[in-house]
Amino acid sequence: MKDVLIVGLGPAGISAAIYLKRSGVDPLLIGKDLGNLELFPLPIENYYGFPEPIHSKTLVQNGIAQAQHLGIEIKKEAVIEIAEKDSIFYVKTAQNEYLAKTVILASGKKLKSFSVPGFNKFKGKGISFCATCDGFFYRRKKIAIIGHSAYMKNELAYLSQLNQDITIFTNGETLDETFPFLIVKEKITKFLGDQKLTGIKTSDGQIYSIDGAFVAVDSPGSLEFAQQIGIIVEKGNVVVDKKYQTNIPGLFAIGDIIGGKLQIAKAVYDGMMVADDIKRYLKNKNK
Amino acid sequence: MVIELTQDNFKKEVLESDVPVLVDFWARWCMPCLRTAPILEELALEVGDRAKVAKLDVDAIYQIADEYEIMSIPTLTVFVNGEIKEQVIGVKSKQEMIRLLGL
Repeated sequence: MKDVLIVGLGPAGISAAIYLKRSGVDPLLIGKDLGNLELFPLPIENYYGFPEPIHSKTLVQNGIAQAQHLGIEIKKEAVIEIAEKDSIFYVKTAQNEYLAKTVILASGKKLKSFSVPGFNKFKGKGISFCATCDGFFYRRKKIAIIGHSAYMKNELAYLSQLNQDITIFTNGETLDETFPFLIVKEKITKFLGDQKLTGIKTSDGQIYSIDGAFVAVDSPGSLEFAQQIGIIVEKGNVVVDKKYQTNIPGLFAIGDIIGGKLQIAKAVYDGMMVADDIKRYLKNKNK
Repeated sequence: MVIELTQDNFKKEVLESDVPVLVDFWARWCMPCLRTAPILEELALEVGDRAKVAKLDVDAIYQIADEYEIMSIPTLTVFVNGEIKEQVIGVKSKQEMIRLLGL
């Protein structure tokens, strides 16, 4: 079992890992990609120590290389589930499952959320982010699941135990597997309904009759994923205390996902600070 | 103390209450619901007589959950004078719950 498992390979996660490693704790870093900075269009000009503007992707890659030089273990895998039982965290990726005493969520924040007309209106009235919570309400109704990744497959595996009337909406993405369900590849253009969701419209003008749409579009970076674990999310941010701890003991969050300045300098600061808090937490726990 | 709602006590405890009531629609199998439970306990202690804190198991008391068209859990609903005043989904902090109660 790991003392610390960090989700996210951006400036916050890498900094936390570096500070932990140098103070004698061996963290495991997991992340599926480089996050927002990979595609950030402008060079970074305001971060300390670079006389010439540096490309954001280069900066993140350098951070990962720096962690690797220090002997920090990095897994390029997508996290699809985090569960906690008796103070042990079970972190499931598309390939493996890892156990840890503490978890740091440093998975960033999507710059753009899933914005389609009707999406916000039907949240909780047909649109759900948690199959295990809400699948029950749709046992005998028409279900849609939206997504294409390992995360979607994990949610689908649960839903298909409850109900076989499922349509998969990949929203323009391709699936690398076949399923015994109707698969719609066109992009979703509108969620339809009056008081609650009754249908989904796609870019080819088709309308599908749907009572419940389960959103599993993305990766754990999303706040929806945090909500599914039971972390308090308010005003679009994960809520943490002064020690970066969420309402779940042993589960910490840093960087963009907790809000404040969405800046590299702040993410690095969070990473440095949480390392001390984690060390203190582990020390008390092992007493 | 967090009140366990039943088919029998819902009317008296919620609809006929003199003070605002926060009702948590929940179920055992829902992980975020289990995270909400300890926050409700703290909330009940803090608000004392100024409000009631209650929970309704959507599995056992599905008739009431259906009547209020609960389609996602946890759903936190604030009743004032028998009517819904606030409704949010997901785990919320104690401070946010106090705000929803209008205290």
